[in-house]
Formats: sequence, C-alpha cells, structure tokens
Amino acid sequence: MSTSQTTTTEHHPALAHQFDSMEQQQDASTFGMWVFLLTEIMMFGGLFTAYLIYRLKYYPAFVAGSTSISVSWGFANTLVLIASSFTMAMTVWAAQNGKRKMQVWLLLATMVLGAAFLGVKAKEYYDKWDECHIPGHVIGKGFNAWGGCSATDKSLGNIAEEIRDPKKHGNPNVPEGAAEQIAKQTEIFFSFYFAMTGLHAFHMVIGLGLLAWLTWRAKSGEFGPAYYTPIELGGLYWHFVDIVWIFLFPLLYLISRHQHGV
Amino acid sequence: MSQNSHPTPGLYLVILLALVVGTCLTWGIAFKDLGAWNPVVALTIAVIKAVLVILFFMHVHYSSKLTKLTISAGFFWLMIMITMSLSDYLTRTFLPR
Repeated sequence: MSTSQTTTTEHHPALAHQFDSMEQQQDASTFGMWVFLLTEIMMFGGLFTAYLIYRLKYYPAFVAGSTSISVSWGFANTLVLIASSFTMAMTVWAAQNGKRKMQVWLLLATMVLGAAFLGVKAKEYYDKWDECHIPGHVIGKGFNAWGGCSATDKSLGNIAEEIRDPKKHGNPNVPEGAAEQIAKQTEIFFSFYFAMTGLHAFHMVIGLGLLAWLTWRAKSGEFGPAYYTPIELGGLYWHFVDIVWIFLFPLLYLISRHQHGV
Repeated sequence: MSQNSHPTPGLYLVILLALVVGTCLTWGIAFKDLGAWNPVVALTIAVIKAVLVILFFMHVHYSSKLTKLTISAGFFWLMIMITMSLSDYLTRTFLPR
C-alpha cells in the first residue's frame, strides 16, 4: 500500500483511522457501550416489571418465599459487590495516571471480590437445594434417593407451617388448606428468584472473563493516560452489573418481609 | 465536554462510603415494620445508590451532553414500562366488577 498521497502524521497506535482524535474515539466508544447497556437495562427491567406484577397477584406467597432467603448473605454480597465497583473505578483512575502495576492489582482485586460474590451466591443456591425450594420440587436434597423433593415433601410443609408461625411474621389464623395453597405458590417466587439472580450471576461470569482479558492487556502495558478505553468500557459493564444487584437486593430480600394489605 | 476533569480517589472513597452507609441503612430498616412504607424506603435508597454509581463510578457526571441525554431517555423508557404496567395492575380492583 502506498502512503505517498497521504500526510503521514504521528498518532497513537490505538487510534482507528475513522476517528479524528483519541478523544473522539473514546467518546464514540463510551456512547456505544451505553447504548448496549440500555438494552441490558430493558431486559432486566422486563424481569423487574414481571416480578412486581406477580408480587401483587401472589403477595402472601412472595412474603413466604422472601422470608425464606437469607438477608444476611444478601447484605454481605451487596457490600462485596460495592467494594468491587470501587476497585474497578480505581482501576480506571490508575490507567488514567499511567500506573501499570496498580491497574493489574486493582483488576485482580475486583476479580477476587467478584468471585467471592459468586461463591456466596452458590452457597445460597445450595441452601435452596437443601430446603427443597427449587421450583418443580423434583430437584433438591435427596435427588438421588427415592422420592427426592416431592410436592408433599417437608419443604412445602415447612413453608405452610412458617406461614402460620407468628414468630416468622406469619398469621396463625390462616386456614389449613390456604397455607398449603400459598406454599405451593411460592414456586412462582422461587422461579423469579432463580431467573433474576441466575441471569445476574451469568453476567458476573462474563464480567470475570472480561476482567481477566483486561488484566492480561494491562499487564503488557497497553493502557495509559492516552488510551484506556477498554478499561473504561469494562468498568461500565462491571458497574452496570453492580446496579442490577443494587435493585435485586431490595426486591428479592427486603421489601416483602412484613405482610400487609398490598 | 469537560474531558480533563476526572474524579479523584478521594471522591471514589466518599462514594464508596455513601454506598456502604446506604446498604447498612436499607438492611437495618428492612427489619422494622413500616407498613406500606417498607418497599418505598428500600427502593428509594436503591435509586440513590444507583444514581451515585452512574454519576461517579460510571463517569456520567463528566461525560458529554449526548451521552447524558441518551441515558436519561433509556431510563425514561424503563419508567414507562414499569409505571404503565403497574398502574394497570394496581388499579384493577378500584372499580366494581
């Protein structure tokens, strides 16, 4: 290729030829990333809306389901994810200021916190397995044993008992058949619980992959004050996943702990 | 475009602190019975936390007007989806059948 006709000016190796400047390139990339994130927000938003509508329709079942998951683990995980957002934000700062080693360490810290979040999530999922709370009642504790978690198993019985237990915000006056009916409907809550936290956890796994890739590139010294767009965009994705959790935590764990007329 | 005004580690630390305080607050309040106000308080705190993350961790406070407008439009559509759907389901029992 002949370049004799073009003016050969010095420019950053990361500058793509369709852009006038590094600044313009970064603005365009950031804008594109936000458009993608808005489609993600609409996807999670659809789940949030469906969740709220079903919460109106099956409110007592949502109270029973919500009080059966651990607020303490959810609280701990919120703190872990917020801390990981902080280390991610600091990574961008380190890149802007040309601190190569610091970038790598901060990215690794973000990944450790992200993995810790998934570890706690796995523990919470295991508890649901153990309590036979997986929707469908065929998967759960004793899956390999004859019977597994059948619809008449202890799980539904326990939830029905809890619905009547005044110590667990329950109402002792709920008639016999109604409590069992509500217990059956908690499957709707748990379906939402697994769909929403599962989709979120899937995004976390993708995020961990992206962070590993960024760590690799940061280690080779690719990013500095003039060019750190991939770090910035990876950060946007990671913070978005954090924001989804900021809403999942109150919706699933907090807002249905006390039963009232809608 | 205020391109050169980047947030500092000090500001990030303040935001982190605010997010931790918000999380502790919403956790503590969840155990108090506030009647119909429990969801309102919990979701208000969540919105404040999300706005802090978006403005500072995600640098929207420092980005171009085009980006700000696009993000606002996106959230506006999200609010249309949620409020229009819920205003239907919430009011179905208001009228006699």
